[in-house]
Amino acid sequence: MNEFDYHAPTSVEQAVELLSLDGTRPLAGGTDLIVQMRERRRVVKRIVDLKHLPTLTTVTAANDGWVEFGAALNATALSFHTQLSPYSSIVEASRMIGSHQIQNRASIGGNVCNASPSADAIPPLIALGADAVIVSAAGMRVEPVEALFLGPGKITLRRQELLVSFRLPPPDPDSASTYLRFTPRREMDIAVAGVGAMLQLASDGKIKNARLALSAVGPTPLRAPIAEARLRGEVPSTDLWAEAARLAAREAQPISDTRATAEYRRELVKTLTARALASCCTRSLARQEHA
Amino acid sequence: MKAIDRFSVNGDHVEVAFDTRDTLLDLLRDRIGLTGTKEGCGNGNCGACTVLIDGAPVNACIVLARESAGPSITTIEMSPETDPVLRRVQQAMVAHGGAQCGFCTPGVILSAVALLRRNHSPSIDEIQHAIAGNICRCTGYTKILTAIAAAAGMEAHPNGE
Repeated sequence: MNEFDYHAPTSVEQAVELLSLDGTRPLAGGTDLIVQMRERRRVVKRIVDLKHLPTLTTVTAANDGWVEFGAALNATALSFHTQLSPYSSIVEASRMIGSHQIQNRASIGGNVCNASPSADAIPPLIALGADAVIVSAAGMRVEPVEALFLGPGKITLRRQELLVSFRLPPPDPDSASTYLRFTPRREMDIAVAGVGAMLQLASDGKIKNARLALSAVGPTPLRAPIAEARLRGEVPSTDLWAEAARLAAREAQPISDTRATAEYRRELVKTLTARALASCCTRSLARQEHA
Repeated sequence: MKAIDRFSVNGDHVEVAFDTRDTLLDLLRDRIGLTGTKEGCGNGNCGACTVLIDGAPVNACIVLARESAGPSITTIEMSPETDPVLRRVQQAMVAHGGAQCGFCTPGVILSAVALLRRNHSPSIDEIQHAIAGNICRCTGYTKILTAIAAAAGMEAHPNGE
C-alpha cells in the first residue's frame, strides 16, 4: 500500500471537511477499501475512520416512527439489533454478506457505496423503501436508496458528501420483506441473482402494496414495476406469485459472464421472485396473527 | 511512516512500533512476532488470518494496525490455561484429525471458539456456517466439523445425523 494519513474524527463536520480533500476515502469496515488499496486499485492519500462517529454507528427510532441506522455499523451488530428485527430482508442480507469475519466489519453504507450490482444489502433497502441520509458542508439531503446508483461501482454521491445513515419506514405489522439470492457455492460467494421483496397486505387479505428489487441482473439494482403492478389489489396465491415472477424475469436485464449466462440469471429471477413473494406472504400472515 | 501505539493482545498490553501502512496481520506477525496467524489470500477471503477483535472473528489482513489500538485482540497464541473453550477445541482437533498441514487451523480454531462461546450446542449447520469463512485445502472439512461438534460436547456425524 502507498503511504496515507489516518484520521478518526469525532464529529461528522470534521469528517466531511476531511472528505472534501483530494484523495480521501471514508473507512468503515474496510472489507472493500483495504482490499482495493492493497491491490492498488485505489490510491488513497487519506483515510477517514467513521467508526467513532455516533451518528454512523447507532440505531435510533425517530419521532415519526422511522428507524434510522448508522451507515458504518457492522452487519453483525445491525442484524442482531432488536429495532431491525421487523425488517427481515435486511437481517437476512446482513447475515449473507461474505462470512462471519466479513460481517463483523462490513457495513451497509459500504455495501451501498461500493455499488456492486450484486450487493446483498441493496435489494432489501430498495424493497423496504429506505432513504439514505447524506451530509456535506452544504447541509443534509435525503435520497431514496434506489436513486443512488448510476452504474457498476458508481453512485450519485459527490466526493465531499458522506452517507451517514439509512432511514427505514416505520415497522408495519401488515408488511413483510424477504431477500433471497442464488450463489453457486453455499457460502462466501457473490450473488448471481438476488431478489428483495416487500408485500403489504390489506385487512381483507388483498395485496395493498408490493415492491420488488432485483440485483446482479443489470448494471444497477432494478425495480420490477410491471410485476409490482400485477400484484397490487390481488388475492395472494401460488399462481399469482408465478405470474409476477414471470413478469419480473422479463424486467431483468442480465448479461452473460463467467458466473452465469443471461438466460440462467433470468430463470433465477423467476424462481427467486416466486419464493420471495411466498415468503413475504407467510411472514405477513404470521405477523398479523401475533399482532 | 513510523508510529508507536499501545495494543491489547491476548490480555497483555504492549507498546509496538509499526509502519502506518501495516495491517493488523503485519503488526501481529512482523512487529510483535506472533506468527501463529497466517496470511493465505491477503484479501479477506480465506480466513487463515482470522483473529478475534473484542471476541468477534475478523480477517486481520484487511484491518489496519492503526485502527486496532484499543480493542482487545485475541490470536491463536492465547493461553489455553485461561480459556477452557480454546482447550476443548484444540484437544478435539487433535483427537479427531481436524488438521493436516495446519495452515488454516489457527483461523478455524478461533472461529470455533467464537461460535462455542455464544452457542454451547450448535447444530452441524451452525458449525458449517461459523467456519464458512475459513477455507481448508487439505481435510475436506468433515473432521473439522466433527472436532468442533465434539468440543461442544455432542456426538455428531456431519454426513447425516
